[in-house]
Amino acid sequence: MNIVVLVKQVPDTWSERKLTDADHTLDRESADAVLDEINERAVEEALKLQEAHGGEVTVLAMGPDRATEAIRKALSMGADKAIHVSDAALHGSDVLATAKVLAKAIGTVEGVDLVIAGNEATDGRAGAIPAILAELLGLPQVTQVRKVEIDGTTVKAERETEEGVAFLEATLPAVVSVTEKINEPRYPSFKGIMAAKKKKVDTLSVADLGLDPAEVGLTGAWSSVLEAAPKPPRSAGQRVEDDGNGGAQIAEYLVGQKLI
Amino acid sequence: MPAERVLPSTEAEDLLSLVREIARDELAPKAAEAEEQGLFPRDAFRLLGRSGLLGLPYPEEIGGGGLPYEVYLQVLEELAAAWLTVAEGLSVHVMSCYPLARYGADEQRDRWLGDMLGGELLGAYALSEPHAGSDPASMTTRATRDGADYVVNGTKAWITHAGVADFYTLMARTSDDGGNGISCLLVDGGTEGVSAAPRERTMGLTGSTVAQLRFQGARVAAERRVAQEGAGLKIALSALDSGRLGIAACAVGLAQAALDESVRYAKQRKQFGKSIIDFQGVEFLLADMAAGVESARATYLEAARRRDRGLPFRRQAAIAKLVATDTAMKVTTDAVQVLGGAGYTRDFPVERYMREAKVLQIFEGTNQIQRLVIGRELRR
Ligand SMILES: Cc1cc2nc3c(=O)[nH]c(=O)nc-3n(C[C@H](O)[C@H](O)[C@H](O)COP(=O)(O)OP(=O)(O)OC[C@H]3O[C@@H](n4cnc5c(N)ncnc54)[C@H](O)[C@@H]3O)c2cc1C
Repeated sequence: MNIVVLVKQVPDTWSERKLTDADHTLDRESADAVLDEINERAVEEALKLQEAHGGEVTVLAMGPDRATEAIRKALSMGADKAIHVSDAALHGSDVLATAKVLAKAIGTVEGVDLVIAGNEATDGRAGAIPAILAELLGLPQVTQVRKVEIDGTTVKAERETEEGVAFLEATLPAVVSVTEKINEPRYPSFKGIMAAKKKKVDTLSVADLGLDPAEVGLTGAWSSVLEAAPKPPRSAGQRVEDDGNGGAQIAEYLVGQKLI
Repeated sequence: MPAERVLPSTEAEDLLSLVREIARDELAPKAAEAEEQGLFPRDAFRLLGRSGLLGLPYPEEIGGGGLPYEVYLQVLEELAAAWLTVAEGLSVHVMSCYPLARYGADEQRDRWLGDMLGGELLGAYALSEPHAGSDPASMTTRATRDGADYVVNGTKAWITHAGVADFYTLMARTSDDGGNGISCLLVDGGTEGVSAAPRERTMGLTGSTVAQLRFQGARVAAERRVAQEGAGLKIALSALDSGRLGIAACAVGLAQAALDESVRYAKQRKQFGKSIIDFQGVEFLLADMAAGVESARATYLEAARRRDRGLPFRRQAAIAKLVATDTAMKVTTDAVQVLGGAGYTRDFPVERYMREAKVLQIFEGTNQIQRLVIGRELRR
């Protein structure tokens, strides 16, 4: 059971997050960077499946040099090795280019049975990578799952969306994306931190993956951001004094806002 | 603004991030309520144990983490900033392992130390007595040899983790030869004849347990004695040199938490149409608090680096304990001042920090005793 887990370094949701003025990409310098929490859950699930079925867990990250910190965290949780795709040409890549790069990088790992990703990153929030990746790899996609099991060469999962819960099965190899409900990720241990130091991290460039730099990054993106502005601060809100018909007034307000 | 640290390695950086994450997500949210209700956080120690944090500064060959004190103390500091009871408990646990780790025979260490450092067990350090506090050489708890055992009778006082510890590192009298008549015994927590009195009702650290520990005919195998008979007081004082560094780090963490809370409050609290941080009277108070915190940190780190290099550090450890705990007392008191009436209520943590700071000036040698140690070192 060889598993590749996609991990991403994102700005800590505890710190203030901004876009750069120059090209409206994420300002990575201004915020503390951490391993995305949803990826911690993805790593946790991979480790649990490994505990049950054996095999190797490889973490795969695309990101600037600093993403090594997120990779080290995944390794210190217990993953076996890592691939880090790092290249200045990747700056500003859209989801299509990112998925292309990840697909190529997954191709460098032998005998992959399962790819696990988070359902969406807390920074970009596109939530499209797992599906695009599955398409590019020609694999079945089992997305937004809250539970995963492996039974022989079948992956069984519970997919939960706003519409309800679906019980899915697919034949391995497959791409799975997990939601917040999948598990509680373990903390690394001090031993894990020391062991991570000795684990193998392959650093690959766009050229190493046989891709043309023009296909990726800001130049290769299918759309471009022309303008960006921070969300206006929340306004004071409307106060309802309850002198008997407070409930009705609130309902009226919500109807006015087309919320009910 | 949280502490900015210069750490010696990426492993140390990763460890500190892990500790900050555990402190922020698992400890800080529970501290106020557990302290209010006097609930001992045994689970928090289990979590630290699973994360490999209960044996950090001991060599890897004997089951520890092989970390220098310089890094271990900063771990303690981060924990103390979130929850002093947990950080102080860790410091006491680490100190209680010291006699065996440093002075034990190989076969004793092989037998017991792995478990003590492994994360499942929690230790306590039993030196003080009701009538022997600052003057431990006057202790009366007695261990009398009887065949292959010692039979222990007497009462220890103020024992952190009394009643919840899995083992006690006990100093007891084996002869009437004053300071040379004390021996160090490793007592299993479940030993018959060992019992804890009801908890002391303390001013702070109310989540911790501190109580008298009674020994009534408790039999302890003689093979559980660390080093030779009579070496106990020397071992105890040497353990305290390192323990005091732990208390200094706890004090800096607590003071940092009080400073952070004060700055946060002073930025958003407005009076006379301005944030109170914009009044020089408040700004200077905060600046003095920051100066105190950072110089106390530098002081304990200097002592720790000496220890890590195998240099004598008794004087530096006593100075660090004295400076850091006096700083914590002053900074936490000033934090209450910065928050005004709000600071005096239990809706904000600073009144608790102030109550907690006081004990740091008292245990592991009162600050008068630290001066005595420093003076004695100067007179040499
Ligand atoms: C919360 C808490 C936890 C503790 N945990 C532990 C523990 O885990 N294990 C343990 O063994 N002990 C523990 N202690 C005990 C602690 O170490 C003692 O309280 C401390 O050593 C002081 O002893 P004492 O209380 O008997 O005070 P005393 O020694 O009676 O001192 C009273 C006052 O006299 C001063 N004084 C005494 N002698 C001198 C002198 N020669 N010169 C100048 N001034 C002097 C002291 O500084 C102090 O101000 C704990 C105490 C507390 C409060």
